[in-house]
Amino acid sequence: MAENSSDNKMTRRQFLRNSGYVAGGVVGGGLVGGIVGNQMQSGGAPTQEKPGGKSEKTPQFDHALMYFSQKEDFDVLSQATELIFPADELGPGAIELGVPYYIDKQLAGAWGHNAKEYMQGPFFEGEPTQGYQSRLQRHEIFSQGIRKMKEYSQKKFNAPFLDLEEDQQIDILTAFEKGDIELAGVPNEQFFALLRAATLEGAYADPLYGGNQNMEGWKMKEYPGNKMAYHDVIDSDKFYDEPPSSLHSHMDK
Amino acid sequence: MAEKLDKVDVVTVGAGWTGGIIAAECAKEGLKVVGLERGKARGTEDYYMIHDELRYAIRYDLMQDVSKETITFRNESKQRALPMRQLGSFLLGEGLGGAGVHWNGMTHRFLPYDFEIRTKTIDKYGKNKIKKDMLIEDWGVTYDELEPYYDQFEKTCGISGEENPHGGPRSNPYPTPPMKSTPITERARKTAENMGLKPFAIPSANLSEKYENPDGKTINACQYCAFCERFGCEYGAKSDPTITVIPTAKETGNYELRTHSNVVEILHEGGKATGVRYVDVLSGKEYIQPAEVVVLSSYVMNNSKLLLVSNLGTPYNPEKGTGHVGRGYCYQINAGSTGFFEDEQFNTFMGAGSLGIAVDDFNGDNFDHAGLDFIHGGVGSVTQTGKRPIATNPVPPGTPAWGKEFKQKSIHYFTRNLGIGFQGASMPYQYNYLDLDPTYKDAYGVPLLRMTYNFTDQDRQLHSYLSKQATKFIKEMGADIATEAEELGDYNIVPYQTTHNVGGTPMGADPENSTVNNYSQMWEADNVFVLGASTFRHNSGYNPTGTVGALAYRASEGIIRYSKEGGLLV
Repeated sequence: MAENSSDNKMTRRQFLRNSGYVAGGVVGGGLVGGIVGNQMQSGGAPTQEKPGGKSEKTPQFDHALMYFSQKEDFDVLSQATELIFPADELGPGAIELGVPYYIDKQLAGAWGHNAKEYMQGPFFEGEPTQGYQSRLQRHEIFSQGIRKMKEYSQKKFNAPFLDLEEDQQIDILTAFEKGDIELAGVPNEQFFALLRAATLEGAYADPLYGGNQNMEGWKMKEYPGNKMAYHDVIDSDKFYDEPPSSLHSHMDK
Repeated sequence: MAEKLDKVDVVTVGAGWTGGIIAAECAKEGLKVVGLERGKARGTEDYYMIHDELRYAIRYDLMQDVSKETITFRNESKQRALPMRQLGSFLLGEGLGGAGVHWNGMTHRFLPYDFEIRTKTIDKYGKNKIKKDMLIEDWGVTYDELEPYYDQFEKTCGISGEENPHGGPRSNPYPTPPMKSTPITERARKTAENMGLKPFAIPSANLSEKYENPDGKTINACQYCAFCERFGCEYGAKSDPTITVIPTAKETGNYELRTHSNVVEILHEGGKATGVRYVDVLSGKEYIQPAEVVVLSSYVMNNSKLLLVSNLGTPYNPEKGTGHVGRGYCYQINAGSTGFFEDEQFNTFMGAGSLGIAVDDFNGDNFDHAGLDFIHGGVGSVTQTGKRPIATNPVPPGTPAWGKEFKQKSIHYFTRNLGIGFQGASMPYQYNYLDLDPTYKDAYGVPLLRMTYNFTDQDRQLHSYLSKQATKFIKEMGADIATEAEELGDYNIVPYQTTHNVGGTPMGADPENSTVNNYSQMWEADNVFVLGASTFRHNSGYNPTGTVGALAYRASEGIIRYSKEGGLLV
């Protein structure tokens, strides 16, 4: 499939000519040894990926939780992401794309813990134009938000979130979007804003992060992913409809 | 106790475009140069996995780690400034090559009008055209004086372009031809022509063909892979300091680069710098590097910060209007209009950082401002930089922000969406300035820089004018729905706008209100040179790097002369 399509195959010679490598100018890049070799010599075909990222032979070992401690919290998160990015006639929704696992991994890592951000006090609320001023890290906002979703669901509909009808679930999520539900230590709108942003990331980031399973997010959007060059096609009037490729193709030696 | 090292001729604070240019030019002349770079070494070999939107464009892998150092911000003096805890509005660089690694490569020249803006405005429109708290001044240098240095920087980079019909006179054509025409750029060019405007290809540091620069450094041909802004180039096809001036400096044998070296103070005595104090951020050890000449070649923010924490140069006082360090911080405005095309699909995901068509008919004083309540303007551009799927989810007005309809429309319009954006010029104002924060500190115990900034009526008028032009343009281009940029409110540090920050150490002819002369030499300490966009007196309606490079080449000439003659060069 995908990456060995003949239209997309640039010969090594064409590539070298285009980029100027033929006449010297060799940079010590990740390119000559790796990318050029992979993409150009063999046509760059990666190993076949199974639809939906699932395989009958091997369980998907990375589908387990490294951040959430209660399965129900993860299920509530999953359903919330599916409401934001639902399965429809165009293709899979957030759950099938692996978005909830993507978010779980992100919350366990540097982003979830605001590692590259200035987190020294003193903390003050500030004006909206001054940006994020919470003492909370993102994972704490997610944990709090999901617990509040469960509480609010009980309060408003007297039932667990996961048992609600879809329009009731949308109701709950809308309340969080509008900032109607009080959160501690962070502006009320912040949880939903993070949830929405993380859902889109999980749908469209390179599959290496655990979402965008089998590049289905990219396929829906007609986004070709990681292509080394459009040099020979960018001036064409034709819409480019080659199947996508991912960064995995660089590792496939 | 800091360890004192042997004295060198020149020390640069930072090793990006400006530090690299100074290093290359001075080292070629035989001066011993040390470059202190707070971040890590990096180069083309580090970009094997660069086609990763999440890591580089969303999580800012190549940019400044603001857990260690950031700025504080407020819209006006009576507010409490708070830390910019996350990157957002602009993306500060860190590491070898600085922001010169993750720039797009658009390399315009400023207009002759820019350098004499005060004189030309008064001559044409009278004194009253300049509002009382607008601090515009001439730069103390003219376009004609700078032209050879623009030419030199363009040759170092091998810029691909065609002449801007509204630009100042050129001594030479661009070193390489313009980038490819694509259906998107061709459409923009024709639209502009139909409207009586004068389109030209954006001058690009992503090169149309392989090029060897005058220093013998090769820059490869752009592959239009669409990972340019916020990314490094894995092809070595985007001119950046790490493939040009820094290796040029190293080859002389006169340049020593020290990475992980964070300068915390400029040491000085009796109106001259004696060197700098820096921290090796790996070992935690402190060093003093004595030098004959200290070159402040970090980014806009740190240039002002280092002068202020070192008590060097007279700080700007916004109430009295005296002093200059911290004066005249300017930004830019993004005016524009987005078009939704129902029946046409474009390869929006292909591209290069500087691929696009520009019009300069609404920039500078290229149009009459007599009946208008603002000065200056902005370059308008239709670009094809390569749309990416996480960040690009365009939906027409009235569409919900999530759910089924959002999903369908954002997917539908991903490839059916083009826009024109204007980079509106930004003028200095009395109460837009930089000083030190009284509360917050960086990882080394040094106070953070405090930014006090808001948009002004000048910005709002200009923004509205340019956005209207943009909407006309995008409709003429065939858009079924045009959505004009929202009216400008208060400056907000959260959404990304532009990394075209300028000012704080202004250049000028009058030592009372400027930090440096037209060789980027400090009036108050003649062996200190301050480089980069911090010396801009205002921000023009263009990308700044061309002018940053030109001023750096002129400064290098000044430093070489200073090392022989001493004294103020102007």
